Amino acid sequence: MNKLNIVTNGLVKENPVLRLVLGTCPTLAVTTVAFNGLGMGIAATFVLICSNLVISMLRNVIPGKVRLPAYITVIATFVSVVQMLVKAFVPQLDKALGVFLPLIVVNCIILGRAEMFASKNKPLDSALDGLGMGLGFTLALVCMASIREILGAGSWFGITIIPESIDRFTFMTSPAGGFFTFGVLMALVIWLEEKTGKKVDRSIGCEGCPSKGSCGMKGGDE
Amino acid sequence: MENRLIVTASPHMVDHSSTRKLMGNVVVALLPSVVASAWIFGLRALLLIGVTVAACVGFEYLYTRLMKKVNPVGDLSAVVTGLILALNFPVGLPLWIAIVGAFISIVVVKQLFGGIGYNFVNPALVGRMVLFTGFGARMTTWVYPAAAQSVFENLDAVASATPLQLADAQGNSLLSQYPVMDLLLGVHGGVMGETCAIAILLGFVWLVATGTIQVTIPVCYLGSYAVFSLVHSVVDGMNAQQMDFAAALTAGGALLVRQLLAGGLLFGAVFMATDYVTSPFTMKGKMVFGFGLGLLTFAIRDFANMAEGVSYAILFMNLLVPYINDLTRQVPLGAKKYKKGAA
Repeated sequence: MNKLNIVTNGLVKENPVLRLVLGTCPTLAVTTVAFNGLGMGIAATFVLICSNLVISMLRNVIPGKVRLPAYITVIATFVSVVQMLVKAFVPQLDKALGVFLPLIVVNCIILGRAEMFASKNKPLDSALDGLGMGLGFTLALVCMASIREILGAGSWFGITIIPESIDRFTFMTSPAGGFFTFGVLMALVIWLEEKTGKKVDRSIGCEGCPSKGSCGMKGGDE
Repeated sequence: MENRLIVTASPHMVDHSSTRKLMGNVVVALLPSVVASAWIFGLRALLLIGVTVAACVGFEYLYTRLMKKVNPVGDLSAVVTGLILALNFPVGLPLWIAIVGAFISIVVVKQLFGGIGYNFVNPALVGRMVLFTGFGARMTTWVYPAAAQSVFENLDAVASATPLQLADAQGNSLLSQYPVMDLLLGVHGGVMGETCAIAILLGFVWLVATGTIQVTIPVCYLGSYAVFSLVHSVVDGMNAQQMDFAAALTAGGALLVRQLLAGGLLFGAVFMATDYVTSPFTMKGKMVFGFGLGLLTFAIRDFANMAEGVSYAILFMNLLVPYINDLTRQVPLGAKKYKKGAA
């Protein structure tokens, strides 16, 4: 796998939100407004790059049995950094994201990439993987939030696009609208994949499973 | 004749009924409500209904064309969805919102899940609920027929409320005074199809007479709702207002008649709960389904902070239909009793 592939991997083919279905909770919660989606994406990208880098560097030092607490500690450190930065420089984003900013600590994408990639690859590759995954996350969030904001609130990044005289389809900013947008975007990505003939085999076996080491089950559903 | 013995999977049709014929019967059954809505709310009702039906049929055609599927427009199911959806609108709804509703009903709820027979909830109902959450203000702007204004002219709240919302806001005693004739004729605020009880009952008689629907679901639904509601108002009357049993029963009965006639209960019970795709197969299943509907509608109307609960009750029970079907499976003649976990 060359370096560029590692980055582009996360954009569409293994998009963390739309293809790996990780980090669904913040995705649904913050994507009511495009600005929040972008902010969340950038914050998570920063944490992803840094934590992937550090975890990859420490991968030979951390004992397997305590790896999860160790990863969480590393991730929490960077989340604290991000949280302080956001509080200091973009307080309105901090207000909008609320609890979901500190909750990046337990975001599945970050822990998932630490388990799936950073713990097995070299630091540079891991950082690039964090960048790709982060960009994919940001892309998915901004797409979703744009659709929801434009249809639901008639604006994009706070700028009114649809004239005030037309009713707002507030359904789109409700949680149900979030799930709906999510499903449609997922279908779109799968459709794109089939259209471009790059269908990826997604049967989940034991090989790629993060719980391989601790799992007592034999065989998968392959 | 080598085809004397035909082996096919069920259902085995013994007469010449077709989707088109059954749906045609439903269309005929809905016509009294359409006429009534035009009579009560004026000619705009017909325009709104026409646009919604046309949009439903149009979306069905366009989608199947785009996906290169068999054109299903001839089976009239899109017409039925359009009619039911339109009759769930208040008469003043902007036409483009009606078209959005048609899109959600036909494309999102029906076609994306595989077309007729595959939708897991009633398409018209979801269209209605999405519009209610999306355009709440538009969907609850009731146009009040002139005839009703004279009845409660001294009450300001009347101008923008259905009888049930009135009762929700100001107590059930007000609903008990509502003239039953007004409820039967439908000269009160509400969505176009739900107000005129007589028209709905005419449609019900037609559906039952032609064998299009069985009476099980509507009867169980209305029956269980009536029992719950009556018990609640009698207990309430005896406890809160210190009435004796007979007085509480009379008051409860008077209230019950209005509760049955007001709101979407009749329309939902006759036209939406009986949808083939989203209701159970067996008699036992239909009874469970109707009972659940009655319980939920009663609970939402009396205890939740909404005036009306029919839509959510039907949606929720729609979701349970696969489980109801599974638990009320019929035992084939001569077979051993179906046991869970067997097979």
